[in-house]
Amino acid sequence: MAPPLLEARRLTKRFGHVTALQDADFTAYAGEVVALVGDNGAGKSSLVKTLSGTLAPDGGEILLDGTPVRFAGPLDARRHGIETVYQDLALAPDLDAAANLHLGREIFRGGLLGRLKVLDRAAMRRSAVTAFADLGIDLRDVGVPVAALSGGQRQSVAVARAVAFANRIIFMDEPTAALGVVQRGRVLDTVRRVRDRGICVVLISHNMPEVLSVADRVEVLRLGRRVARFTAAGTTVEDLVGAMTGALDAVDAGLAPGDRPGDRTGAGKDDPRQDGPR
Amino acid sequence: MTARAPAPAPAAEDRGRTAALRAAAPTWLRRLAAANESWTFGVLALLVAFFTAARPSTFLTRYDLTQIATNAAIYLVLAVGMTYVIIVAGIDLSVGSVLVLSAVLSAEYTIHHGGAGAGWGTVAVSTLIALATGLVWGALQGWLVAKARVPPLIVTLGGFGAALGAAQIITGGQDPAGAVSGRLQRAIGFGKLFGQIPWLVVIAFAATVVFGLVLAFTRFGRHTYAIGSSPEAARRAGIDVDAHLVKVYALVGLLSGLGSVMWLAYFGTTSIAGHSTDNLKVITAVVLGGASLFGGRGSVLGTVIGVFIPAVLSTGLIIMGVQQYWQDVAIGVVLVAAVYLDQFRRRGRERG
Repeated sequence: MAPPLLEARRLTKRFGHVTALQDADFTAYAGEVVALVGDNGAGKSSLVKTLSGTLAPDGGEILLDGTPVRFAGPLDARRHGIETVYQDLALAPDLDAAANLHLGREIFRGGLLGRLKVLDRAAMRRSAVTAFADLGIDLRDVGVPVAALSGGQRQSVAVARAVAFANRIIFMDEPTAALGVVQRGRVLDTVRRVRDRGICVVLISHNMPEVLSVADRVEVLRLGRRVARFTAAGTTVEDLVGAMTGALDAVDAGLAPGDRPGDRTGAGKDDPRQDGPR
Repeated sequence: MTARAPAPAPAAEDRGRTAALRAAAPTWLRRLAAANESWTFGVLALLVAFFTAARPSTFLTRYDLTQIATNAAIYLVLAVGMTYVIIVAGIDLSVGSVLVLSAVLSAEYTIHHGGAGAGWGTVAVSTLIALATGLVWGALQGWLVAKARVPPLIVTLGGFGAALGAAQIITGGQDPAGAVSGRLQRAIGFGKLFGQIPWLVVIAFAATVVFGLVLAFTRFGRHTYAIGSSPEAARRAGIDVDAHLVKVYALVGLLSGLGSVMWLAYFGTTSIAGHSTDNLKVITAVVLGGASLFGGRGSVLGTVIGVFIPAVLSTGLIIMGVQQYWQDVAIGVVLVAAVYLDQFRRRGRERG
């Protein structure tokens, strides 16, 4: 098994008196879907924001391809091939899908027009059509304002935008929360397709059956730290809920010891029985 | 601004059916019918047709056309800037006062450097002073909106009072004599390109085309729409929203400065008391042109049409001998009706 693509070691993040992350570890490998689960307030959002460059950690380190990195901001993380799909989408509803896909990364015309920052709409449209087709997203017209699309289509646009520019990791915060059953299935298909391209997808979700159906591995956060890791195959919803609530104090359940390089270092200090929740 | 929740299944079916119906019409036709500009243009065409039918021999003579265009030229320049501000979901109530302040400062320079008989050097410097005044004032308001997070309505309401007050302090409340060089008046105010088209109209047209193209085809324009549509989305996409807002307010200031030069050239006086309702006229035109006060929508082409609707209406009513106060009533009704129709169509579109 290759070394981790992204690894967080003993990350700490405080907001005033509130400690959102306390020595939190996290590991993600290339070409996998790893789900990050935890109860409300477990630190999922803080962890994702820290790893995607939106928040600066107060302690600990982040390693990308084994090298310590420090992101100056989300744009910096993006330059490292890390994209985020936000829960509230972050699309401009009055712009069409093609424009949204390229927002902040516009393609310009050649020559003098390009120097005047004149947009090459045709090129952006073509690239959007390709990006959607690659993910099997059925969008009748990329020239329609996003406001006129359904919830699922909008989500697809947000995902496609991340996929089009990410070459390493995509964080998806509750990507299916607002969707119906059919649309939810489509987004999960998209997640699998992205993984099959060798990109790592980090999925944050409250929906346990969904997590188990799409994820390869699951990492559980509780009270600001990682308390358990599972391989999805053979893990049940009860296992996950048990780890989330602390009822089940198993660490790395469902993983054979030494199965992955990070395990040996991770297992001891992750054990809530040793130092317990604060 | 309306429901973002996923549509229930029956609505989705409906959508499929209407989409199938729509597919019967060619794409360009559907796009045309969906564009705000087509509807506003329809209203303008109706007005022109009505007045032409009512007074065939007198309406839209060549004289009328020149007159309408000249009267509209300065408002058009202001309205182009206002279009940008409204698309970023802002508002600028200060345009008329900034115009006056720019006019007064440039007039002060002219008065002390030759007055009515001043040469081209003075004209050039006073023009630069007018443009710079507008630009700086606009940028300051933009900074207050973007960085100090004061709502644009308040910033520009303050600016509206402060700029006019400053102009009155400088002049003692009286329009100064010798405010404009006679050369500027003869050349630009009354001059015509090829002896045909008034220079005022040429300048307004040039400014409109340049900033219309910038809005429609460049990254600056695209980011303007994005910020008005969702500032948070724009920020997350890596756009420097604050800097962009400052630029947009600076642009409307700059165009107010340009408007002041045009005003001085045409009327030969600073007209300190004459610009208190410019802001409302200009905002009316932009909204008639299909821009949304909630941001994200609008176009310079729509604004051009929006400027000409009141202009045609007032000329037409005068020719028909209707008491001129009816103009204001008519424009008010047209404005509310236009926005109502727009909301109605928009709700239809967002449902499917």
